[in-house]
Amino acid sequence: MNKELSREERTDALGGMGCKRKRVEDARFTQGKGNYVDDIKLPGMLHGDFVRSPYAHARVVSINTDAAMALDGVIAVLTAADLAPLGLHWMPTLAGDKQMVLADGKVLFQGQEVAFVVAKDRYIAADAVELVEVEYEELPVLTDPFAALESDVVLREDLDPTADGAHGPRKHHNHIFTWEVGEKDATEQVLDEADVVAEEMVYYHRTHPCPLETCGCVASMDKVNGKLTLHGTFQAPHAIRTVVSLISGIEEHNIRVISPDIGGGFGNKVGAYPGYVCSVVASIVTGVPVKWVEDRMENLMTTAFARDYWMKGKISATKEGKITGLWCHTTADHGGFDACADPTKFPAGFMNICTGSYDIPTAYLAVDGVYTNKAPGGVSYRCSFRVTEAAYFIERMIEVLAIELNMDAAELRRINFIRKDQFPYQSALGWEYDSGDYHTAWDKALKAVDYDGLRAEQAQRVEDFKAGKTRKLMGIGLTHFTEIVGAGPVKNCDILGLGMFDSCEIRIHPTGSAIARLGTISQGQGHATTFAQILATEIGLPADSITIEEGDTDTAPYGLGTYGSRSTPVAGAATAMAGRKIRAKAQMIAAYLLEVHDDDVEFDVDRFVVKGAPEKFKTMKEIAFAAYNQAIPGIEPGLEAVSYYDPPNMTYPFGAYICVMDIDVDTGETDIRRFYALDDCGTRINPMIIEGQVHGGLTEALAVALGQEIAYDDMGNVKTGTLMDFFLPTAWEVPNYETDHTVTPSPHHPIGAKGVGESPHVGGVPCFSNAVNDAFRAFGLRHTHMPHDHWRIWKTANDLGLHG
Amino acid sequence: MIPAAFEYYRPKDMAGVLSVLVEHGDDARVLAGGHSLIPMMKLRMAEVPHLIDLQDVEGLRGISVDGNTVRIGAMTTQNEIINDDQLVAAAPIMREAALQIADPQVRYMGTVGGNVANGDPGNDMPGLMQCLDATFHLVGPDGEREVAARDFYEAAYMTDRDDDEVLTAVSFSSTVGGYAYEKQKRKIGDYATAAAAVLLVKDGDTCTSASIAMTNLSDTPIYSEAAGAALVGTSLDDAAVSAAIDAMLGDIDPTQDNRGPIEFKRHAASTILRRAITNAWSRT
Repeated sequence: MNKELSREERTDALGGMGCKRKRVEDARFTQGKGNYVDDIKLPGMLHGDFVRSPYAHARVVSINTDAAMALDGVIAVLTAADLAPLGLHWMPTLAGDKQMVLADGKVLFQGQEVAFVVAKDRYIAADAVELVEVEYEELPVLTDPFAALESDVVLREDLDPTADGAHGPRKHHNHIFTWEVGEKDATEQVLDEADVVAEEMVYYHRTHPCPLETCGCVASMDKVNGKLTLHGTFQAPHAIRTVVSLISGIEEHNIRVISPDIGGGFGNKVGAYPGYVCSVVASIVTGVPVKWVEDRMENLMTTAFARDYWMKGKISATKEGKITGLWCHTTADHGGFDACADPTKFPAGFMNICTGSYDIPTAYLAVDGVYTNKAPGGVSYRCSFRVTEAAYFIERMIEVLAIELNMDAAELRRINFIRKDQFPYQSALGWEYDSGDYHTAWDKALKAVDYDGLRAEQAQRVEDFKAGKTRKLMGIGLTHFTEIVGAGPVKNCDILGLGMFDSCEIRIHPTGSAIARLGTISQGQGHATTFAQILATEIGLPADSITIEEGDTDTAPYGLGTYGSRSTPVAGAATAMAGRKIRAKAQMIAAYLLEVHDDDVEFDVDRFVVKGAPEKFKTMKEIAFAAYNQAIPGIEPGLEAVSYYDPPNMTYPFGAYICVMDIDVDTGETDIRRFYALDDCGTRINPMIIEGQVHGGLTEALAVALGQEIAYDDMGNVKTGTLMDFFLPTAWEVPNYETDHTVTPSPHHPIGAKGVGESPHVGGVPCFSNAVNDAFRAFGLRHTHMPHDHWRIWKTANDLGLHG
Repeated sequence: MIPAAFEYYRPKDMAGVLSVLVEHGDDARVLAGGHSLIPMMKLRMAEVPHLIDLQDVEGLRGISVDGNTVRIGAMTTQNEIINDDQLVAAAPIMREAALQIADPQVRYMGTVGGNVANGDPGNDMPGLMQCLDATFHLVGPDGEREVAARDFYEAAYMTDRDDDEVLTAVSFSSTVGGYAYEKQKRKIGDYATAAAAVLLVKDGDTCTSASIAMTNLSDTPIYSEAAGAALVGTSLDDAAVSAAIDAMLGDIDPTQDNRGPIEFKRHAASTILRRAITNAWSRT
């Protein structure tokens, strides 16, 4: 029957790359048939819950567990004293620091884990938590990183103040590291000699990824065969297995880590948390499975936050607006422990992508990490490592420079973009941008929204406002961002010494269907859909006949997991490369079956054909069967392949975003009238999934820009610990997004794809923020900090005298 | 977010409810839609050893319009308020306000009685009831009594209701003239940053009656008699509206929270009230 189909029809039948294949995951998700960690119920399973510190900084004088232990149904109450003999009262962090698993003499942030109650059910565990008596002695609280660097108060008494930290010398007992990139002296000289210098402090507030499913695990120690099974909400199951092995001493082959369905991660589920360690210990001690699932408040207050960067910037230019230099000093608030999830050699992630989309010849970046009495974390919330911070910084500095130059911000960007002919482009802060065509994207975006028309309308609005005809201002937010994703080349990217390659293993079944297993794990990205599309195109079997499996370390090949938009750039590449190994063997089988030389057959969509004789062919389905039922001289039976892909470079997705916003100066309310998002993620695997990713990323960007924060009072109390106060937008708050694209394939990636999940967040945050700032530009505003919630916008208007 | 243990009761009649209330005093609470009480229990901020579910109690649900009198049973949901044509005709401000409470899922469960009886200054119905000059109907071991909405609220979560009483219904006269319920909030599901309920009656060009109440700007709803008085007898010129706003600002007492500082809230209250007055006047 295939003979009758045209080439196009055969291509369509595969459901391969470029088609809007519907998500295969959604049948179970939309019917409530997903299988999440909290759905896992094992025989005899116990439940854990934490006693947490109400104080941000205090000595733990005593812990009395008697009353809790006396409660019917309580099996154990673990404290640091119980874990110390095992050496498990502290654990290493991904950033080379260590973190208390349970309070060892003191607490450093509100909500810190003090004791772990294990009980027969979740309700008894919660009751027992109330019965654990902890005596605290309050200590002075430091919530401001600048004050922390001046204070005599020592937060980390466990550290030798004179010894180097994981990233070099420490300047002060509350200082963690200094990281420098670029040329300091040369940059300062450029700034000194420049026609124009714009200077600004840009604060990117502390926020939180807040996935719909909170973090949790079920630890199950089988004492008979010595095997530990750990189900959990892990974005990097293989790395977690290695970490658990290193911490516990259990050999890695005796540990099986399984990430089942995961309800969103956004970086929150990359690291290891005390709950995992305590659950494992409790299961080892009790010999039965132990479940721990945090609640929403615990998630917001204690598991990994994002951002909290104070970025002091200077940018210089000629009178004509050509940028000559960029200087940035960042004070990074890391909380009580340095638990940032970054590649080892990058303690501030890829913050050195902060030259953005611009050809800036000279630049310097320094980052100082600081301990404070806040929760640890510092993960990449829907962005590659600290790239959102970098993009926000440069896109704000460009706007401030435009004000300084009295120039249009769109034009200022245009004259400073890296030109298409400059790629591959070596940035002043050390990256080699693989590809880009920024001018084309920018011009397309400006034209799509009628940029000049918008500016004319805005000017009229300012006149109307001044004449008392309206109380609403209009802001036009511009952003051109460059992402850096796909960590990364093993030569400079590792986590805990594990190179950041990724992997794919494919088995073709005799009847022409297949299973592919990857080292990544989907948290909603649709891997089961898109990776099958990559393979369908590569190996010529229908996507619907290919199962994608991830997340079980006993079956999947080793990989570093899913975060930082790395799945498509790294595991997607591994998938294509493994597919090509399959195809290479299939070619030999086809040649044998067709009785021609290997070089005389060529791949054609779903088959190998004899060159010049397309009527002579073997379909991949036929070839698969032959691989299992024929003795082919010189070829092993079976059709399998595995690829471990070490990317030669990062990929550099980019995009041009424009936001049009109306702002009520009296209430501070914002109304997003229009949001246009052009993304260039290279080769597009599934346009529908890309669109969904863009919508989601923009919505999280809107959240962060317009209100989402983890705020503390001076006592270190978290003020935004529930969803009443922590802003999670609904459909009501979200505008209709217009999406668009250009395609600039990555030259070094097997299929030219670059990753897209995080671009809209990276580009969206500055775009929303720039719109707010831009609305007030005509009234003298240079910069106002996020989050732009109602009262802060009102205050900006008030400070500018707009309330009469 | 795991509540402490509690006894659950589901009586069929009010006598059954009252007997548990009398026996356990302030250790017992009645449960209507649960959208305030259950989260408080899960956060362990409210301990309720004896929880009495009202959903099976006869006669607490439904809307009746009898002549000029509207009566709404305590267990009537916000969703039922939105979709009751008789009520919309008799007091359209009820629908306008209910549509601004939380989201559809909450409105299917949340009730008028729970909203007005809980005494949460963030709830929208208490201010609205004061604007409507509603009467609250209570029943206790000593029988039934009525309290004016404008006299009911004492402080945050403190009302004139005794621990052994149940609020069974609210009643008010159908409205005439213009109405508006304006609410500023940070997002769907949020309590008001500032909200204003306004009822205005016009004769010729003159305002003959005005009732104004504000929400979440003090530890109780604020019925601002002075604000209404500033409008009566005027044609709602700028000076009159400004005088009403000034009067309202004299009555409210907002506190700083995550929604913003006091100065902002006062400005927002002014803006919201101005909008509500303008909107209501345009509907007279």
